Amino acid sequence: MNIENSSTSDTAEEVHAHMSRSSRRRAAIAAVSSVFARELRAYFFTPLAYVFIAVFLLALGAFTFEIGRFFDTNRADLAPFFFFHPWLYLVFLPAVTMRLWAEEIRSGTLELLLTLPAPIWSLAIGKFLAAWSVAGIALLLTFPMWVTVNYLGSPDNTAIILAYLMSFMMAGGYIALSSAMSALAGNQVVAFVMAVTIGFVFTAMGLPLVASGLAELFGAGVAENARSFSFLTHFEAAQRGVLELRALLFYSGFIILWLVLNTLWIASRRAS
Amino acid sequence: MSLLKIDRLAKAYGVGASKKHAVRGISFTVQKGEVVAFLGPNGAGKSTTMRMVSGYLEPDSGDAFIAGASIRQERENAQIALGYLAEGAPLYGDLTARGFLTFLAGTHGLSASQTRWALDRVIADARIETVIDRSIDTLSKGYKRRVGLAGAIIHDPPVLVLDEPTDGLDPNQKRAVRSLIDRMSKEKAILISTHQLDEVQAMCSRAVVIDGGKIVADDTPAGLVDNSVSHNLEDAFSLLTHEEGEQA
Repeated sequence: MNIENSSTSDTAEEVHAHMSRSSRRRAAIAAVSSVFARELRAYFFTPLAYVFIAVFLLALGAFTFEIGRFFDTNRADLAPFFFFHPWLYLVFLPAVTMRLWAEEIRSGTLELLLTLPAPIWSLAIGKFLAAWSVAGIALLLTFPMWVTVNYLGSPDNTAIILAYLMSFMMAGGYIALSSAMSALAGNQVVAFVMAVTIGFVFTAMGLPLVASGLAELFGAGVAENARSFSFLTHFEAAQRGVLELRALLFYSGFIILWLVLNTLWIASRRAS
Repeated sequence: MSLLKIDRLAKAYGVGASKKHAVRGISFTVQKGEVVAFLGPNGAGKSTTMRMVSGYLEPDSGDAFIAGASIRQERENAQIALGYLAEGAPLYGDLTARGFLTFLAGTHGLSASQTRWALDRVIADARIETVIDRSIDTLSKGYKRRVGLAGAIIHDPPVLVLDEPTDGLDPNQKRAVRSLIDRMSKEKAILISTHQLDEVQAMCSRAVVIDGGKIVADDTPAGLVDNSVSHNLEDAFSLLTHEEGEQA
């Protein structure tokens, strides 16, 4: 619509003429941007994001120093710090993400969203990016760890940057999975439980104990395949400072897969 | 050409023995300049029809065309031309009325200057100046409804589908909404669901009555009154829906 012209188009043909492919593309981009801004605001205008970030940082610090024995390793690196990222993401990110769609369904605002002239995928991406940004901000606020390790020694900062980037990608994977569960379950508690359960499977498959168990039960081939679908497996190389293309592809593919499922599950609610 | 064309829309809920046909292949059109009342008792299929027209629900069969665009084949194109006020007006309670309307303007791709212009227009039209910077959670039901209505017209669409737009409003607010609908009716095709039969005679040029998912009357309010025994719209409505309902 030409909003600056107060009169509505005279004929349906004129209205139709406004609806070019480029205007639809602009509408999709506008929807991603608006939904992203609205969700980010919802995180930061309530205690949710602040509580998540504070508790995440406290937990990460406690695990790194108390269980990871950061100072006892006598090495200037962040290995004990990055080691706990997947396990903390497994619990914290579903908690942040579970409301994304379940709250829309509960409050009835899903009807508002689905009657906007925007493809569902653009809504899913907007919501995903907002939750991913919260995770990114939490990750950025761990910078004192980086400062500390540089103060204590001479770490490989390239490796640390790489590990941070891959940790951010991994967080995207957990968030995409949790957002899809929120869309599927339509209930925050159920979405959280489902996301943690499925996330645990995709995390634990990379543990040596699980891999050896799978090898005994199903053979080495199955165990190796299972390992290749684990968050841990693809994060290990980054922690060593090795940039693996397959790890990037894995996390990107994982995010896209769950965003597609998220879109389909929301679309299926239109038929019910 | 009609701006809104509903063509054999049908929807059923449930499966097997529990399957309930909410809407049974209804068809009608709304021309530019028309305000059509969509009447029926609770459970007649009004909201289901409106949800299908808005693109929120997928029809089992049939289609709705908004400004010529099929809601099934060109959903986003059709929705660009539609302003929809859902039953109960679901809103984001954590936002202010201004924040909510700005969000909707953004999702319609309006620029910052267009948004400012559109906000000024809808704030005045819906008469929400005094609450525009208040959190939606703190507003009365009537104001929430008016914020929802402002959201439906933020992009100045040629077609409006309003599910009980005066529900929860006091008499003054109702008069203001009727006046707004009357002003907009010259340039738009408007479909309104309501239980307020006095509103139908006051602002609608036609009334489509639905019961048991089927259209039981499609006439002017005066025509409906003329066909009733007591020349009263309430009796006409009761006769059409009660008896048809019992048959269904």
